[in-house]
Amino acid sequence: MSDDLYREQILEHYKNPHHFGELADADITQEGDNPLCGDVITFYLKLDDGRLGDVRFRGRGCAISQASASMLTDLIVGKPLQELKTFPTKDLLEELGIQISPARMKCATLSVNTLRVALNGDVPEED
Amino acid sequence: MIQTRPLNAQTARTDFPILGRRVNGKPLVYLDSAATSQKPAVVIDTMDDYYRRYNANPHRGVYAISEEATAAYESARQRVATFINAGSPKEVIFTRNTTEAINLVRYSWGRANIRSGARILLTEMEHHSNLVPWQLLAQEVNATLSFLCIDDDGLLQLDQLDRQLEAVQLLAITHQSNTLGTINPIKAVAEAAHRAGALVLVDGAQAVPHMPVDVQDLGVDFYAFSGHKMCGPTGIGVLWARRSLLESMPPFLGGGDMIKRVRLNDATWNDLPWKFEAGTPSVAEGIGLGAAVDYLTQFGMDRVRSHERTLVDYALEKLQEVSGITLYGPRDSEIHGGAISFTLANIHPHDLATLVDREGIAVRAGHHCTQPLMDRLGVAATTRASFYIYNRAEEVDQLVSGIEKAQKVFA
Repeated sequence: MSDDLYREQILEHYKNPHHFGELADADITQEGDNPLCGDVITFYLKLDDGRLGDVRFRGRGCAISQASASMLTDLIVGKPLQELKTFPTKDLLEELGIQISPARMKCATLSVNTLRVALNGDVPEED
Repeated sequence: MIQTRPLNAQTARTDFPILGRRVNGKPLVYLDSAATSQKPAVVIDTMDDYYRRYNANPHRGVYAISEEATAAYESARQRVATFINAGSPKEVIFTRNTTEAINLVRYSWGRANIRSGARILLTEMEHHSNLVPWQLLAQEVNATLSFLCIDDDGLLQLDQLDRQLEAVQLLAITHQSNTLGTINPIKAVAEAAHRAGALVLVDGAQAVPHMPVDVQDLGVDFYAFSGHKMCGPTGIGVLWARRSLLESMPPFLGGGDMIKRVRLNDATWNDLPWKFEAGTPSVAEGIGLGAAVDYLTQFGMDRVRSHERTLVDYALEKLQEVSGITLYGPRDSEIHGGAISFTLANIHPHDLATLVDREGIAVRAGHHCTQPLMDRLGVAATTRASFYIYNRAEEVDQLVSGIEKAQKVFA
């Protein structure tokens, strides 16, 4: 784990997010927010034969929340939906690769929580 | 008699043990006193002394240490009364904090007096603690809420005040905005409210710690504030109200200490102020607040206010030079207390607060419990720097260089 919260990779995702935008023919559109921080993310999911065929997101908020959404899209595109329904938060945190303070955890996990709501209709218990 | 003492931030800060510590390897630069102030050693020691030497339940024991505890607790009330120029210590009700003080008025006076169809007038800049209780009361008794708007400088728009006060039973208003720093013209607004037949409740959480407050001169009916923002401990706050009002109001919480005579099916109420203080009070905290009042009194609140004005002038000047910054609230320190909110073009407030924390600088990022105000300003969050007696101009410089360093990270 790096102790540099704003390591280059996170800033790169924040400035040039992957899969940023919308899908006009999305099967699932799901918005998630942290009212406390004002972070907002909307996922557009295109399903393809039991897999996540394509994904886009739009959002605004802090670097942690937006970079985490961008990284998550790289991790989930093409994966089986059954697997994504229980996508482990720790996999995303490992990808972020930084120590997240308790106060910033909601920023880091907004994307994965929003994905779970999109695929399950609610947020299942943490692993 | 309290010895007066000149206010010099450099020497005052040595009274605060926490200001000697380092955070992330850097000296702590504490710019979040609007959230809670730091505590001078004299307050910590006074509470410690109570627990070590005379901890006992006040008001009941006939033994020595209980009498000592009672005397210290009631002496603190007396000093708070003097500090805000209350007509009598009987008008000083100890609560847990400002929020509880406001809720006391909601439950006691509000339920008994606010009629169906009546209006409660608030402002767009209220902290949630002076908004949500009135939403709940309005729903309960079928009253309606209306709001005084702010202009783009963060000042209340008062040109239509008389019209807006029609059919209003209560005006609930903050003395100083915790987010914008705006100091509201309470005396003038209270006069207008009284002409219209409304009572006035003031949220003074951001005012009493930072400026002279004379509740009689302000001419208001209820005035609420917290101990922990004025060098005192958490867990103690104050509701001041005019005695005639308090006498007419039903009790808030029921239990021990607030009664005179209890029978199986009914009870009579204790005299003021204890009628509103059910259960064992926050004794150490009350005594600690008394010590905090003495601590502030030695400087004089006029000097506390002028020290903060100097800092606000300096900070507004320095911050407006930062590229991509938007400052909120008035530019005139005459009506701008020691809290400054701002946003940066390309850095979210939470990212900024995290990055300057690396430099040991504590600032607040978020909605500051004023979400409707954030909506009005069109932002999700701001960063807020707030000052107190122990802050120096060089800490403003450190904040500015912290911001510039953060901007390099995000460049």
